[in-house]
Amino acid sequence: MMKGRKKLIALGIYFTLLFLPIYWMLNMSLRTNADILGALTLYPADPTFANYINIFTDPAWYMGYVNSIIYVTVNTLISLAVALPAAYAFSRYSFVGDSQVFFWLLTNRMAPAAVFALPFFQLYSTIGLLDTHIAVALAHCLFNVPLAVWILEGFMSGIPREIDETAFIDGYSLPRFFITIFIPLIRAGVGVTAFFCFMFSWVELLFARTLTITNAKPIQAVMTRTISATGMDWGLLAAAGMLTLVPGALVIWFVRNHMARGFALGRV
Amino acid sequence: MNKWENNRAWLLTVPVLVIVAFSSIIPLMTVVNYSVQDIFGPGQSLFVGTEMYKNVLRDARLHEALWRQFLFSGLVLLIEIPLGIALALAMPKKGWGVSFSLVVMALPLLIPWNTIGSIWIIFVRPDIGLFGAFVNNVLGIGFDHTARPLDAWITTLLMEIWHWTPLVALLAYAGLRAIPEVYYQAAKIDGASPWATFRYIQLPKMRGVLTIAVLLRFMDSFLIYAEPFVLTGGGPGNSTTFLSIYLVKLALGQFDLGTAGAFSLIYFLIIEILCFVFYQVLKNVGKGTGT
Repeated sequence: MMKGRKKLIALGIYFTLLFLPIYWMLNMSLRTNADILGALTLYPADPTFANYINIFTDPAWYMGYVNSIIYVTVNTLISLAVALPAAYAFSRYSFVGDSQVFFWLLTNRMAPAAVFALPFFQLYSTIGLLDTHIAVALAHCLFNVPLAVWILEGFMSGIPREIDETAFIDGYSLPRFFITIFIPLIRAGVGVTAFFCFMFSWVELLFARTLTITNAKPIQAVMTRTISATGMDWGLLAAAGMLTLVPGALVIWFVRNHMARGFALGRV
Repeated sequence: MNKWENNRAWLLTVPVLVIVAFSSIIPLMTVVNYSVQDIFGPGQSLFVGTEMYKNVLRDARLHEALWRQFLFSGLVLLIEIPLGIALALAMPKKGWGVSFSLVVMALPLLIPWNTIGSIWIIFVRPDIGLFGAFVNNVLGIGFDHTARPLDAWITTLLMEIWHWTPLVALLAYAGLRAIPEVYYQAAKIDGASPWATFRYIQLPKMRGVLTIAVLLRFMDSFLIYAEPFVLTGGGPGNSTTFLSIYLVKLALGQFDLGTAGAFSLIYFLIIEILCFVFYQVLKNVGKGTGT
């Protein structure tokens, strides 16, 4: 049993180190700026929710969260909708140029956002989509759609083809088979894919910042407001940062039971 | 695996191709367009051919950024992959601990990248940060990530490891879970040591997920932008100016579109080539051991 104990201790130390920076931000978020700059204390001696109240009562702040959540959701839906049929094609059929197209798709996942930032700005201003949620959602498709195809293809290849064949013999059409039988079979995979799309769209900064001005401004860009002529408002920055953890934590909570199984089924 | 041959399957991939072509080929063409011109302002430009590419290849600061980037990505892979595997091996295999470890592990992955930068500024600043204050006052070592290049590097690396090791761990864990119990029973009967079990059963079986882990970590660390941008702004001096930061400085900061365009294409090409090589090598490594 000694070995198991050691493992647990090592894991415990790692988790503590993982939480320390987050705890420190929580600590900062519950203090006023004067208090923060005054003395270093391990916990807030005089906790205050002033920073959080500040954020929840100022539309410029809370709309940042709303905007981010809108484009992330739209992006996840688009990515799944277009990736599902394509992943099916790649996992079931061989067609002219399939592996080349697959690799080409993946190369877009590796595209440096910095390369695309300025052309995207020009493209979306030309077609009049600048500063809209859909612009950011579409821009994030650049890396999320290839990723979604990649993950889904792995899951689909784990389902034996006999299932498709049986269904077709039973008279199912491809769309009906796909929606009523196949998608329920790979729902763990769909969940994992949605998780990854949500994650990469939610955490991205460069496109979201470049393509928005005011109406669709994401929280990441709003957070720069804490830098002012009088210096940083550390308390407010920390509170805004803490609030950006909430959607991610919620998503993890919902997929926690599927995660191990989901990861295990895909691409192994 | 033999698949059904059917060229009509192309139709199923059309939505993906349209959407990715729209957000990839059109902008890339714009970049190509920039890269052959010297742009002074709206409507004023001069066709210069390959001049910009020559500029890029001669740019000493760019070379520095490139080597810095290779060093950074190399260190990231060297630390995160073994650490991630070790964590996956240490994670519980059943009970409530599984869900708990997974949730905790996944948390840093869902924090927006600029928040990651902010968390670490707050954490390492010598005046208000726990880490900064601890190193400076308790250990008595001068530490300031805004003043000393080495400290900036240590901070950026720590942040990167803190942020992304969980992804490697989660993938490796998924790979471990997929190994059937009979393999372990066979190893036990043969009296295999834990190391032998790891070397000849677990590691080969994790090949698939580790390929993904290495590729993802390499790509993303090679493209790193937001976290060091928030944390150090590429400084002190240029010590943490990685490729993306330098590129954004060129394109949006100095509005030097021609050079930025040429740089972009070369940058993109380097990534494609490296990923292709990695992909091929990792695929063949596993085949060699007969698994």
